[in-house]
Amino acid sequence: MLQTITISLSSLNISSLMPMIIVIFGGLGILCIDLIKKDLSKSLYVMLSILVLVIDLGVVLGFNGPSRGMFGMILDDGIAVLGQIIILVASMLFIPLALTSKRFHEYSHPEFFALFLFMTAGFQFMVASDNLMLIFIGLETASLSLYTIIAMHNLEKSFEAAIKYFTMGALAAGFFVFSALILYAITGSVELHQIAKVVSAGEYGSIIPLLGAIAFMFAALGFKLSFIPFHTWVPDVYEGASAATAGYISIVPKIAGLIVALRFFDIFISAGISWAYYVLYAMIIITMTFSNIMALVQKSVKRMLAYSSISHAGFVMSAVLINTTQAHNALFLYWIMFTFTNLGAFAMLWISRYKKSEFTAKYDHPYQKFAGMVTVKPVAATIMAIFMLSLAGVPPFALFWGKLYLLGAIINSGNTFLAILMVLNSAVAAYYYLKLIVYMFLKEPDSKANIIYVKNASTALKTIVGFSAIVTIFAIFTIEPFLEMISSYVVASGF
Amino acid sequence: MDHLLSLIIFFPLFAGVLGFIVNKDSIKAYGISIATVEFLLSLALWFNYNIHGANFQFVEYYPLISSYGINYHIGIDGISLFLIILSTFMTMLSLIALSVKKNIKNLVITVLILEMTLIGVFSALDVIVFYLFWEFSLVPMLYIIGAWGGNLRIYASIKFFLYTFAGSLIMLIGILYLADYFHQVTGIWTFSITDWQLLVIPVHLQILLFIAFFIGFAIKVPMFPFHTWLPYAHGQAPTIGSIILAAVLLKMGTYGFVRFSLPLFPDASVYFTPVIAILAIIMIIYTAMVAFAQKDMKQVIAYSSISHMGVIVLGTFALNAIGITGSIFFMLSHGVVSGALFMLVGVIYDRRHTKLMSEFGGLASVMPKYAVIFGIIMMASVGLPLTMGFVGEFLSLAGFFKVSPVLTAFAGTGIILGAIYMLNLYRESFFGKSKNKENEKLKDLNKNELMALIPMVLVVLWLGIYPKPVLTPIDNSVKKMLNLMRLKAQTQATKDRLILVKKVKEAK
Repeated sequence: MLQTITISLSSLNISSLMPMIIVIFGGLGILCIDLIKKDLSKSLYVMLSILVLVIDLGVVLGFNGPSRGMFGMILDDGIAVLGQIIILVASMLFIPLALTSKRFHEYSHPEFFALFLFMTAGFQFMVASDNLMLIFIGLETASLSLYTIIAMHNLEKSFEAAIKYFTMGALAAGFFVFSALILYAITGSVELHQIAKVVSAGEYGSIIPLLGAIAFMFAALGFKLSFIPFHTWVPDVYEGASAATAGYISIVPKIAGLIVALRFFDIFISAGISWAYYVLYAMIIITMTFSNIMALVQKSVKRMLAYSSISHAGFVMSAVLINTTQAHNALFLYWIMFTFTNLGAFAMLWISRYKKSEFTAKYDHPYQKFAGMVTVKPVAATIMAIFMLSLAGVPPFALFWGKLYLLGAIINSGNTFLAILMVLNSAVAAYYYLKLIVYMFLKEPDSKANIIYVKNASTALKTIVGFSAIVTIFAIFTIEPFLEMISSYVVASGF
Repeated sequence: MDHLLSLIIFFPLFAGVLGFIVNKDSIKAYGISIATVEFLLSLALWFNYNIHGANFQFVEYYPLISSYGINYHIGIDGISLFLIILSTFMTMLSLIALSVKKNIKNLVITVLILEMTLIGVFSALDVIVFYLFWEFSLVPMLYIIGAWGGNLRIYASIKFFLYTFAGSLIMLIGILYLADYFHQVTGIWTFSITDWQLLVIPVHLQILLFIAFFIGFAIKVPMFPFHTWLPYAHGQAPTIGSIILAAVLLKMGTYGFVRFSLPLFPDASVYFTPVIAILAIIMIIYTAMVAFAQKDMKQVIAYSSISHMGVIVLGTFALNAIGITGSIFFMLSHGVVSGALFMLVGVIYDRRHTKLMSEFGGLASVMPKYAVIFGIIMMASVGLPLTMGFVGEFLSLAGFFKVSPVLTAFAGTGIILGAIYMLNLYRESFFGKSKNKENEKLKDLNKNELMALIPMVLVVLWLGIYPKPVLTPIDNSVKKMLNLMRLKAQTQATKDRLILVKKVKEAK
């Protein structure tokens, strides 16, 4: 005899689900439009997607104090809101990159845009929950859409990338579930705040299973955030995906992953489980150092940027390790600055996309392609150089401020040694960013180059590049307002 | 005139951006006019500067990131005033003498942006603002060396960039650490140098922070053993790059010592004096010997630059008014003299496309005007009395003589070696028989080159004979800084050293 459970609708707090509902219905709406009338222009779908995201952002911004909903599955705290803002704004800036002057296979299918919106919903679920199961579902929703989006680029390399990403992602998903399983066995809950209670009270019995759970989570998040040694998919996936998608992969899934990592590791680092602390410490240093060394020898700009984004992820993960409020502020500031810079850099690659490989059969964007760009397209070359300098952390460009603030947070917490390792790594990293500048500014142009640099440009793409260039250059004036916003949200959620 | 200093900093940047619109044929004239206006503005700064005041003047202050204490805080004192004038003066003259034809538009714009960063470095009173300009100055210089340089230009430019970038990142750690310490002590976030100077830092912390700052500055100077990037950078850079690099860019390092290392870490400065003095003396003697062994004229001057920078460092770490004032004056004179020497080498390189001494000889009879100017500048470089070079060199060494006569004697031998290699260069190239027939057809200096070189000669002679207008403001600011250091001194060694210095000054 089943007992009747009565739940009042108001206690469900459906409004906490609103942001995700909006994008999911937006995606379904796009599919319906396609059913009614075929062969509509991609520009329609781009604009519809942006509008859906704008409405979503409006709802997210209506945040007033932390709240829970749907049986406590949804946690709408400051970090969730901040994460969603970053995800939505980055998505809004990336989706117009579909408005290229050349035709590409994926954009002729409206399903692309529907998948894109479903993926956004998945990431929103990931950041707006502290229930490991819901996080898992969000992660899988987003990842499955992303695999498809990569494969839709319709090149041999894209299929390879999608399959590789899928296989690796499946493994990571397995690890995630194992971790959740063990934690459930130890603590009797898959909700992080319940787990935190048990762990901080030290009531977990033997530590071995707990360490196992942490290790599985390291691997699961390591795959998503591309930490070494779980990074092997990254360069191939970037190579196979279109430059626009690759840029998206370097930003949005990672901020979602970082927020999950922040919620998860906060428990164990605050509880003083030093094993977790030192493994994370080692992983950060290994990730930064090895990815920088591997980036040095790349022949393709896109692969270089792939390794560079691994290194940036390692860099910013140090904020999770330090686990102070200032470090958490720094994490978000860094990622916002990184979003604009990387958006610009990948958009520039996207602009120079050319269907035939003129230089090497292997890569779309070898360094030679950009040789002597300054003599042919001085403004484009200067803008690209600014993005590279920003990635290298040269002041006064955007990422320097993220780096400054992050290093400041690390030093304030007394970890000067880590800070020194990090700056030495940035000095190494400067070399491979300079390599592109050297090709663009210091070498003679290739005869074929003229046609290639801005082959794929359109007004929409130029606007996006111009916008991110302006933010990157004048970042100094945006830091104070950003910091105010970030710290109000971070403090509101008690991190 | 409230915003004169900001105007001087950002005018070249603004003009540089507008320069993209100017036609390629007229860009050189545009560059020269901008640089001249900039020079006149910096002179206006001098005339409006209160010579008797030792405090920072023309101070401007706007909050940038107030939650972290980063503000746009600028101002100058006697130390930075003349370095700013040096920057504008040398930029103007190097643009007048510019003979590059390839991509000249990009070059002129880059030089203007570089000028902005140089002036910014010398006028920043907020350490983060200082760091912004300090780091950003690498970018235009990278482009100048890498795009218009010799065969190894890409290697040279990247080596230059990475070396200095790594050094300044270590300095950044020091900066952030000090800000954190300031916050712990006072509860205030600030990066303002005027606030930091009032902070008394424990000696063990001073030593660590001094090392962090020292690495950043020493690579820039460049001090032995961090000097290896400089000969490459000079050897490969185009003439205008070498002029600005030698005349102004290297001074950023020694300026950093005077502005940051000494007043912030007085005890550590005293503690490290012996080490730095020995490094400086190695630098003076070793690079002078290396200079003598060079066959390329430009390399001789590049190594002589390092050698002279050694004397500047030695004077700075004399930690007395004579030494520091002298070393700052020597920064100015070395700026003018080495800039002029690089320009002179550039003149002959434009005509013959070689810089090897063995290719020349007998130039004095073919190019008399050139020989006269080269002669005067060379004498100044050697440190002949009544030239600008003598005043700075003498005061720097006189200052350090109070600290250690023996070490000063070693440094003195470097001066003798300097005379040997410079005179040797002059003999090889200008006297004797011509070693190559092409030399006999060479044209003497043209109008542009004369216009660029004669002002330098005049300055060298004027400040050699009557250095007082420059020395007084510098001296006032230096004395103020030394007083501050004396008040902050914690260890007995530092107190003894700075009191000894005081006595010396009174005796004088």
